[in-house]
Amino acid sequence: MSSPSTSTSTSSAPTSTLRGALRLVDYWATVYRRTWRGSIVSSFITPLLYVLAMGVLLGGFVEADPATLEGATSYLAFVVPGLVAATSMTTVVGEVTYPVMAMVKWNKTYFSMTATPLGVREIALAHLGFVAFRVAVTAAVFLAVTAPFGVYESAPGVLGAFAVQVLLGMAFAVPLYAFAAGLRDETAFSLVFRLGMIPMFLFSGAFFPVANLDAPLEALARATPLWHGVDLTRMLVLGVPDWSMVAVHVAYLLVLVVLGWWWAVRRLTRRMQQ
Amino acid sequence: MIEARGLRKSFGGFEAVRGIDVEVRRGEAFGFLGPNGAGKSSTMRMVAAVSPVTDGRLRILGLDPAVDGPAIRARIGVCPQEDTLDTELSVRDNLYVYGRYFGMGRREVRERVGELLDFVQLTDKADARVDDLSGGMKRRLTIARSLVNSPELLLLDEPTTGLDPQARHVVWERLFRLKQQGVTLVLTTHYMDEAEQLTDRLVVMDKGLVVAEGSPLQLIREHSTREVAELRFGVAEPGAGHDRHVERVADLAERVEVLPDRLLLYTADGEETLAKVHERGLEPVATLVRRATLEDVFLRLTGRTLVD
Repeated sequence: MSSPSTSTSTSSAPTSTLRGALRLVDYWATVYRRTWRGSIVSSFITPLLYVLAMGVLLGGFVEADPATLEGATSYLAFVVPGLVAATSMTTVVGEVTYPVMAMVKWNKTYFSMTATPLGVREIALAHLGFVAFRVAVTAAVFLAVTAPFGVYESAPGVLGAFAVQVLLGMAFAVPLYAFAAGLRDETAFSLVFRLGMIPMFLFSGAFFPVANLDAPLEALARATPLWHGVDLTRMLVLGVPDWSMVAVHVAYLLVLVVLGWWWAVRRLTRRMQQ
Repeated sequence: MIEARGLRKSFGGFEAVRGIDVEVRRGEAFGFLGPNGAGKSSTMRMVAAVSPVTDGRLRILGLDPAVDGPAIRARIGVCPQEDTLDTELSVRDNLYVYGRYFGMGRREVRERVGELLDFVQLTDKADARVDDLSGGMKRRLTIARSLVNSPELLLLDEPTTGLDPQARHVVWERLFRLKQQGVTLVLTTHYMDEAEQLTDRLVVMDKGLVVAEGSPLQLIREHSTREVAELRFGVAEPGAGHDRHVERVADLAERVEVLPDRLLLYTADGEETLAKVHERGLEPVATLVRRATLEDVFLRLTGRTLVD
């Protein structure tokens, strides 16, 4: 018979938030090992379906003046980077709504984690790190699958666009994670989807230039994080970056990440102490 | 191991813990006994260094949880009231990932998981999904998980609530073994038999306060007679419950308690008291003579039963 009390252990408090978060890597790896097949398959099929339907088939009817296409030579070349960015958004929104509610409320997994030397910061950082990994894989697959359509003009631009997807994903994920972490019940998520994600998906410049909108609506579209991500992705993969705009987009998205992180720690701390 | 002075916890306007003094020494099994809502779980969450102290002084392993929360949590084990297991992971993976949270090396955790599965008799369920385990097995797995870091102090919140009698005895036996090995146990319970079985010393809590403290035997001796004669009467006519008999037996016992379904006569010799009850022509439909328990202590101290 073993003697659980007599053996010694190297258990300790983490010396930094990052080191603490790294202790959760095996947890997330175990979770991912159970689900990666399904998520990879959908990462392959989703972009193909979108690009075929919107880019090739619908795009075949679109006879747009290239001057209005923000640097794209065809509607296909215009819509593909838009789809890349929009998919990054929808991927993370799925990851930080119901799954976060499950960790806090349904399975209380977070409560088992805070009983260890780990705290709210480590737990949030590890979870968001996993979301960043998920959006990175999805974006990499999307860019690879759509490369044969011949719309990408700049290889370094595509690499930059890949990094942008992670940033854009986090600009959505971190604030929404904060929102979900403090939420009492899940009905608010359907508002997030209907009033936030779907209108942004449709009207933030992924499918048509926002200049087509009336002035107030155009201003509204340009204020959304997705428009910044779409514009940034598009100018990078088409090889026509306007560096001052690049700086504005990156700064905008970074601010969302930083404010979101502050809010997330605050809200999750409060929630876990109840 | 634990030292609390004037410990308080409030949630908004509600005071869950209203100033308690508690001291737990190394190697002992200490209990918080009380009904639901007495403040036991709130106290445990403060001791587990996850819920900030509202007021008063608290030291765990000599450390202040407000300052050294992570260091304290590295050295204690927590078995929460709800299992909080990851139901989609296997039994083994639940223990493995948990050990990693404590910063233990992969190999060390793997060895430890083997030992713990053995200890809680789940070795042949190692690769089963948690969803497929019985309630008792889940509880044992949660206990194993709380031991992954070889804690000096183990906190158990209602360790056998919701288990069937057989599963409870298995859990008690494992906990008793831990106690023999020198682990300091602190548990909350609303079962008096659990408190009697497992604890050396306990406090009785009610409405956020400690109302009595001592060993189970001490408490029974101080707050109750040695025996209890229980009298159950038939269904009474309206307006004439079994409390109508109280006057006729009041002088036979040191104290009489009226419960919704029976009378409790506190006395040194239950059989003798019962004989006198019969002499007086009272005919209860059922009688029982038993030793006094912590349940009786609690009834005395608060006027209420533990499990409503």
